[in-house]
Amino acid sequence: MVQGFRVHRTNVVTPYHPLAYEQGQRGKGNPERFTLLNRVPFGKFNRVNSEPVNAYREIMTQKEIARSKVGAVMVVGGGIAGIQAALDLADSGFYVYLVEKSPAIGGKMAQLDKTFPTNDCSMCILSPKLVECGRHLNIEILTLSEVKEVIGEEGNFQVKVIQNPRYIDVGKCIACGICADKCPQKVKDEFNMGIGTRKAAYIPYPQAVPLKYVIDPQKCIWIKKPGRCGACQINCPAGAVDFEQTRKEFTLKVGSIILAPGFGVFDPTIFDTYNYAKLPNVITSMEFERILSTSGPYQGHMVRPSDQKEPKRIAWLQCVGSRDSHHGANPYCSTVCCTYAIKQALIAKEHSKGSLDAAIFYIDIRTQGKDFEKYYMRARDVEGIRFVKSKITKVLPVDDTGNFMIRYTDGSGKRVEEEFDLVVLSVGLGVQKDAVSLAERLGIELTPCNFVHTSSFRPVQTSRPGIYVCGVFQEPKDIPQSVMEASAAACDSAIALEEARNTLVKEKTYPEERPTVGEEPRIGVFVCHCGINIGGIVDVPEVRDYAKELPYVVYAEDNLFTCSQDTQEKMKEVIQRERLNRVVVAACSPTTHEELFQETLRDARLNKYLVGMANIRNQCSWVHSQYPRAATEKSKDLVRMAVARARLFQPLPQLTVPVDHKTLVIGGGISGMMAALALADQGFHTYLVEQSSELGGNALRLLNTWQGDEIAGGVKKMIRQVEGHPLIDVYKGSTIKEAAGFVGNFQTTISQNGTDIALEHGVVIVAVGGEEYKPTEYLYGQDERVLTHLELDTAISKGDKKVTGAKVVVFIQCVGSREPDRPYCSKVCCTHTMKSALRLKEMNPEIDVFVLYRDIRTYGQREELYREARMRGVVFIRYNPELKPEVEKSDTGLLVTVKDHILGRNVVISPDVVVLASAVVPRDNSSLAHIYKLALNEDGFFMEAHPKLRPVDFANEGIFLAGMAHYPKPIEESIAQAKAAASRACTILSRKKMFAGGDVARVDETKCVCCLTCVYTCPYEVPRLDEEEGVITIDAVACQGCGICAGACPRGAIIVGHNTDEQYIAQTNALYKFSAAAG
Amino acid sequence: MEQQTAQPEMTVIGGVDEIVEEFQPKIEAMICTYCTYAAADLAGSQRLQYPPTVKIVKYPCTGRISVAHILKAFELGADAVLVGGCEVGTCHFIEGNLRATERVAYAKKLLEETGLGGDRLEMFYISASDSHGFVNAVNEMTDRAKKMGPNFLGQARG
Repeated sequence: MVQGFRVHRTNVVTPYHPLAYEQGQRGKGNPERFTLLNRVPFGKFNRVNSEPVNAYREIMTQKEIARSKVGAVMVVGGGIAGIQAALDLADSGFYVYLVEKSPAIGGKMAQLDKTFPTNDCSMCILSPKLVECGRHLNIEILTLSEVKEVIGEEGNFQVKVIQNPRYIDVGKCIACGICADKCPQKVKDEFNMGIGTRKAAYIPYPQAVPLKYVIDPQKCIWIKKPGRCGACQINCPAGAVDFEQTRKEFTLKVGSIILAPGFGVFDPTIFDTYNYAKLPNVITSMEFERILSTSGPYQGHMVRPSDQKEPKRIAWLQCVGSRDSHHGANPYCSTVCCTYAIKQALIAKEHSKGSLDAAIFYIDIRTQGKDFEKYYMRARDVEGIRFVKSKITKVLPVDDTGNFMIRYTDGSGKRVEEEFDLVVLSVGLGVQKDAVSLAERLGIELTPCNFVHTSSFRPVQTSRPGIYVCGVFQEPKDIPQSVMEASAAACDSAIALEEARNTLVKEKTYPEERPTVGEEPRIGVFVCHCGINIGGIVDVPEVRDYAKELPYVVYAEDNLFTCSQDTQEKMKEVIQRERLNRVVVAACSPTTHEELFQETLRDARLNKYLVGMANIRNQCSWVHSQYPRAATEKSKDLVRMAVARARLFQPLPQLTVPVDHKTLVIGGGISGMMAALALADQGFHTYLVEQSSELGGNALRLLNTWQGDEIAGGVKKMIRQVEGHPLIDVYKGSTIKEAAGFVGNFQTTISQNGTDIALEHGVVIVAVGGEEYKPTEYLYGQDERVLTHLELDTAISKGDKKVTGAKVVVFIQCVGSREPDRPYCSKVCCTHTMKSALRLKEMNPEIDVFVLYRDIRTYGQREELYREARMRGVVFIRYNPELKPEVEKSDTGLLVTVKDHILGRNVVISPDVVVLASAVVPRDNSSLAHIYKLALNEDGFFMEAHPKLRPVDFANEGIFLAGMAHYPKPIEESIAQAKAAASRACTILSRKKMFAGGDVARVDETKCVCCLTCVYTCPYEVPRLDEEEGVITIDAVACQGCGICAGACPRGAIIVGHNTDEQYIAQTNALYKFSAAAG
Repeated sequence: MEQQTAQPEMTVIGGVDEIVEEFQPKIEAMICTYCTYAAADLAGSQRLQYPPTVKIVKYPCTGRISVAHILKAFELGADAVLVGGCEVGTCHFIEGNLRATERVAYAKKLLEETGLGGDRLEMFYISASDSHGFVNAVNEMTDRAKKMGPNFLGQARG
């Protein structure tokens, strides 16, 4: 304890203070010392007044501040990054304010038609997250709101928020759309990028969350001149229009702030060369995205704006406004445009049924992400999309045909002119003005390109402690990377606010369930008018009376709005008064409303699985509005079917399973260590298993990150933190032997130098990393002057004369990557080459550096390094993969021969050193994949649950992924992913217990013959054969409830809780039997 | 781009006295809750119109649909059955839609053998935002059923 007095030698700050951490990171202080200090009891030094004691008092005061940390976080921006950060935090014990300036969350992703490289429908994968956010008890969505001012410091901020009026009472609006229907004012639809119109009363898009209409104050006739229109107010069936609403200003207390304001697409009107402002058929990629979308202005028909004819020839022009140092443009690479252009070309091709001529004009194709290269290959080689390496600077209209002439120089140097029907400008991503002013108001440092300044080792930390950043505001990036960073920002927030976890979250409690098993079914039916949405078409009283006659129905009523708060209260009363034990609601979609009614049932002491719905709005009144009679008859059919099914509903118990709060992290490289620290710093005990005899992994051999941060020092510091952390147990020289269990309760046996150790834990993080490919080409291994990147870094740091004294160095890119048997880009090599070339130039300005490349992929702000390398005289020669460079030994030294495209002839270089940008390859992951039943992709990297929105989750619940085991990536991305994995793990670890079961499968042993069909069919490998008992068992906790096994079982021996065969047969039976007596 | 509106028409056939309602097929749509059901919901929000011949039965995943469910529907009188799942590769449960594809193919063969005709059954892959895809599928099955006439099993049962 005496060590405490040494305090005057260090910077006096507590370990809770971010500065301590920062300075610890930077090597200016020693964080371990602070830990010791904190254990000194305060009273001992109360009356003493000396330097160290004063320092100690300061520490204690800061600890007081720490205690008053606020367990709430503000997320600014409701795009996909903001949504992910909010969900992660709300699921791990923090209250979240999600501040969005527009009327609905969803951001840019909601506007996209498809997402690369899977061509998944963007809205399909986004919308469940929107709904989850909208429903979450601990997420408060503040739409039409902006952050005005932030005072206070980390742990305790006061944020002043301004909320603009919606002019619609969200408590009353039922999203029927009548206001928009009656509104006479047409406005350009910004969701559709100005193609087509919306009304002044509108919802931004059909799946918007919150699904509440809004009145556009700029365009509304009434707001401009009260008394002039008011059609919405007169016609709204719910009385939700409220012109009296005013702008509100309020202050919220939060512990940290996450900035995710997203991006604006580059506006090409400033360039007259593309004629974007003048010609309707020159469009931006975002506009094309809306044109392709089925919910877009042309209902998904691919037509061009001028004459709504289908284009037969489309040109994509890359790098519009990106990689361009002209005034008004951006010098950085926007990272996503190459891949999105490929996606658009593929989708356009699909729309045209293959007849389309699609050409992409590019400088470098940058498909560095996971599975992007294969996507590119498919587009080029299978789908016949043309890739032309040429920067187009002029788009000329061809008379009044609406077509364009594009001039370019082809690969052989010939000048070519080609005509196109439609030109799509692949515009880049940029920071919006209001995001810049937000950063200014908050006092956050930006880079020269207006992105938030971060460091490689703290990729989501802004310059102001307690404020984090994620998404494109940090740097241009794609959706998965934004999602990872969002989780990482959530993780950093959670670490900072650890003491305040679970202090502000709400939890709902329900009364004890009434046992209903064995009772005769007593069904109550509630038929909703939904204002006039159903009632205006369907004869609701007739449906109600019909329902009364159905078997087991003892009660039926109709409501103006069944979902309204007062009807819920009434429903509870009716359930208890009539002793109902089944409820059918004939109203809208169960997707949006089933959960609400389930909650009402729970409040009325019924099991939540005893309610069923008939969707008579979306499936009757809305889609058969021209035939009210048919709509009414169909409504009766649907109610009859729902009642027949409900009769067979059973209360399904939910099991509670305790959660083991320990974590197993596999892999002791940067990712693994970061994940372990992130969890241990939140108080979760972590086992870190490393197969080699030391921690650190590949990073120990690297010099600097592209941002200039020194790597080896950072890693060594990390190793000290890990090894000194009381909550991290490190097992070196250990491998995973076997594992059992499931989310919340895993049992893993590791083997450490031949000794088995059994570990119990609740989650697993896989961070086993990757390794450098050992080339067989270019004389590697035969001549010591041929090095790989890692070897180059080692040579430089050791001051190897061979490198430090070299006069000519040749870098060869894509060695082992982008090859037929390894068809992916290793992502890190181009940047590493730039960094190394610049370093060599720095060490010896006279040195000649040649880079032989295929495409330079210095994405994002790394482009700056490429520009600098060119400026410093590094020579770049592009080579054709069919005609690779040759490296030979001669008497005078090494000879490299490469065919120069521009000169059209061979260039011979005699370098002192040849550096090979050799691929990053996965380790042998097959045994780990087998033990935990994880999926590997074709290249041998682990496969995440979903490439876009679940980039760090495995399909197997409770197992997460980080670092190079997922795909090659630079350090800052590995760290972000590691923190993201920790954040996702925390959503499980922060629970005391988990709910499982309910709507899951079980085996009827009297029918089962152990044919193993279910065992082979289940995509999650849940059914197991219990050989001793000779029965199949399905673990209720692991079962996902999809029912695929039940669909396959030849004996009908599998019962899926809420989706039994009997229920389906009864429902189908009711469909075809029209008499009320049938059931 | 024209709006698809099939309608219960009254058609005059034979003599003046003999007015027969046009055959309105009974179609069951077995669709998954994640994609096709969402598309059907969206068709509603967009007020797309389609024939009231179709009744939707919601499944957690098309993989839950067993061949028995499909055959039962035909036994009870379905004139056509539409199975709607997620697009290939996007199944919420990884491969449920692929299992459904296999089962539908098998059931089609059985229907062919029984003489009902395999075309009365079809699998569609409809993403959650593809409301038009859902409407087209309904129209397609309605057309097929009209062309093939009523299911004789259903007629036998009256």
